[in-house]
Amino acid sequence: MDTLQQNATIEQPADTAAGKKENKTVELTGAQAVIECLLTEGITTVFGYPGGAIMPVYDALYDYTDRIQHILVRHEQGSIHAAQGFASASGKTGVVFATSGPGATNLVTGLADAQIDSTPVVCITGQVFAHLLGTDAFQETDVINITAPITKWNYQVTDANEIPQALAKAFYIAGSGRPGPVLIDITKNAQVQKFEYEGYKRINHIRSYRPKPVVRKQYIEQAAELINNAKKPLVVFGQGVILGKAENEFKAFIEKANLPAAWTLMGLSAIPSDHPLNVGMLGMHGNYGPNVLTNECDVLIAVGMRFDDRVTGRLDKYAKQAKVIHLDIDPAEIDKNVKTTVPVWGDCKETLPMITELLEKKENPEWLAKFAEYRAEEERICIEPEKHPDSEIMSMAEVIEALNELTNGDAIIVTDVGQHQMVASRYAKFNHSKSSITSGGLGTMGFGLPAAIGASYGAPDRTVVAVVGDGGIQMTIQEMGTIMQFGAKVKILILNNEFLGMVRQWQQLFLDKRYSFVHITSPDFVMLAKSYGLEGNSIDKREDLKAALKTMLDHDGTYLLEVKVGKENNVFPMVPQGCSVSEIRLQ
Amino acid sequence: MKQDYTLTVYAEDQVGLLSRIAIIFSRRKINIDSLNTCPSEIEGIHRFTILISETEEVVKKLCRQIEKQVEVLKAYFHTNNEIVWQELALFKLPTQQVAEKMIVERVLREYGARVVVIRNDYTIFESTGQTEETNKLIELFGNYGLIEFVRSARVAIIKASDGFHKKIKEFEASEPHELTAINEYLNEPDDVFTL
Repeated sequence: MDTLQQNATIEQPADTAAGKKENKTVELTGAQAVIECLLTEGITTVFGYPGGAIMPVYDALYDYTDRIQHILVRHEQGSIHAAQGFASASGKTGVVFATSGPGATNLVTGLADAQIDSTPVVCITGQVFAHLLGTDAFQETDVINITAPITKWNYQVTDANEIPQALAKAFYIAGSGRPGPVLIDITKNAQVQKFEYEGYKRINHIRSYRPKPVVRKQYIEQAAELINNAKKPLVVFGQGVILGKAENEFKAFIEKANLPAAWTLMGLSAIPSDHPLNVGMLGMHGNYGPNVLTNECDVLIAVGMRFDDRVTGRLDKYAKQAKVIHLDIDPAEIDKNVKTTVPVWGDCKETLPMITELLEKKENPEWLAKFAEYRAEEERICIEPEKHPDSEIMSMAEVIEALNELTNGDAIIVTDVGQHQMVASRYAKFNHSKSSITSGGLGTMGFGLPAAIGASYGAPDRTVVAVVGDGGIQMTIQEMGTIMQFGAKVKILILNNEFLGMVRQWQQLFLDKRYSFVHITSPDFVMLAKSYGLEGNSIDKREDLKAALKTMLDHDGTYLLEVKVGKENNVFPMVPQGCSVSEIRLQ
Repeated sequence: MKQDYTLTVYAEDQVGLLSRIAIIFSRRKINIDSLNTCPSEIEGIHRFTILISETEEVVKKLCRQIEKQVEVLKAYFHTNNEIVWQELALFKLPTQQVAEKMIVERVLREYGARVVVIRNDYTIFESTGQTEETNKLIELFGNYGLIEFVRSARVAIIKASDGFHKKIKEFEASEPHELTAINEYLNEPDDVFTL
């Protein structure tokens, strides 16, 4: 056994494997080949859960525990969210193992989340023996068809000889172009089948797949000309800047012509919070200035974002006065929601410097001053009262503010979904890219805790704070067991308002306060943490806040802090559904 | 305005791709009027011909979503004016009725139909044409005790003088088409990866 594995590994060291033709082969089982391929791909962390149909892979894994760290989650949904958190924090591809049937279907939410938020994840699921496919065998489910609309690519392997190629294709597709989730379903017979393993060959081409559209020079020139002639340019950017590792190129671009830049939820942390050209968040709970001024700008420059309805509000009243330049790597995004004047197809790491070179230096003082004016008004009406409420009970915003002071904006903030997510995104400070991890497109409650666990493995040197609500945490709270067993260091900050707050806010504002099933009770979170062997504390007094946060952050290991906050506080500003972004309400 | 659009999709042949393409339509609650899939003239590449009734804007977006699938090389769309299209139909009729009542020669001449099989109990006619022409034949044969009828999906070819073949070859060529990325591997077909 040992010699076999050593031979296989020595034959294919990670840095020389690509492109070379190896004649030497070694007999391996399909399952052993899976692990060898992962090692050559550079994968050292896997999140997963065993089961009947993936047992051969776990049996092979038994001999590799010195080289691959496997984190046993408590539910497969936890494994894929952890892999997403890992990917977002590290910029690498997250890997998941799960079994057939229920194991695979439990991945569905995470796959949909990764698909809509473009997260590179490779899921390897076990499947029943090939001869049992379609017979309603025990734990058989048609995972390929179930996951077709929510994966960038998926493939079923029924012969061990396909494994190296299928995995090479999976990692290439997941990580290239616009990233996304890939699922490889391997039947049990292929896992146990012995075959001549020729080594793992990374690929960088597929006949029908063009991850990067060719940049067309004339559009670069047209874009630069539009920006140079603009009196009121506005840049709106999304996660594409982070996924394209183009943070520096983006900064150079906006700084050269002093372009105000506003971010979508997924673009958060791509540029530092205190960057003078960072004018805040777009969309439903975004900042006042960038929303209103979207409908005043003359040129709108969208970079790596997809004009989600939560960003645009009412589409037929969105930036109608503006000429639109759209930079995106995915041609399907151009003209999907907003008509483009100049489409700049391509990787923004390449296209941004090309445009920057053609830009004229500009100051834009009057236009930038407008953002400051709106900011001041928002501060006065919205932000100040949120940060310093006159109520006895704390607000979510003041908790995040206190957290900022202690982390100095250096922590990774992972959020769940709901009011706390919007407040954390609005108020948290960031100095570094890849520091805000959240479920943006799908809005998956329960994402926060497992994603934070994954992030702590993806960025082991950084502080990871999971800011979660009392509703969302209860959807995946079992993952405290994962922390207990494997010692991830996650700061769990629960903002407890005893409500499913965002739904309650809508019921209050739009449905005559008919609070239909939004009151939610919680267990004693601190006692629950204790039963998992984790430290914790619960506070409801303002004077305890800073000390409690400091204890949480200083603790060596996971620490749970529950902060009781105002029950019926609302998140403002708000663009009500069906309204234009310029109809944003401050209160 | 909704009208007939014929989509032509070139894709690598892989199990499950048909389903991936079909759900792009069903997700948006768009009905596929007819669908034909077959190997193309290029090795390993299949050609889908899909007929739907939609607006140009929707069809454009659908094509981009189809092209987003990893196995798809290109997706094109055309109105009826831009293509030559045909469908094939088979009709089974009782031979007795055909022999006694029908003026077979007229049917063959006027409708361009052919007789494929003649048996004591039934006769099978074949016709190639557009939907309305087939419909006329259904009406006619209805008078003679039509036993069974089937028609194929539409197949279509573009009227423009350079066809899809050239476009697909350009897509694959080492000299890149303006829509494709530069790819040095295309000169080394051995290194081109397929499952």
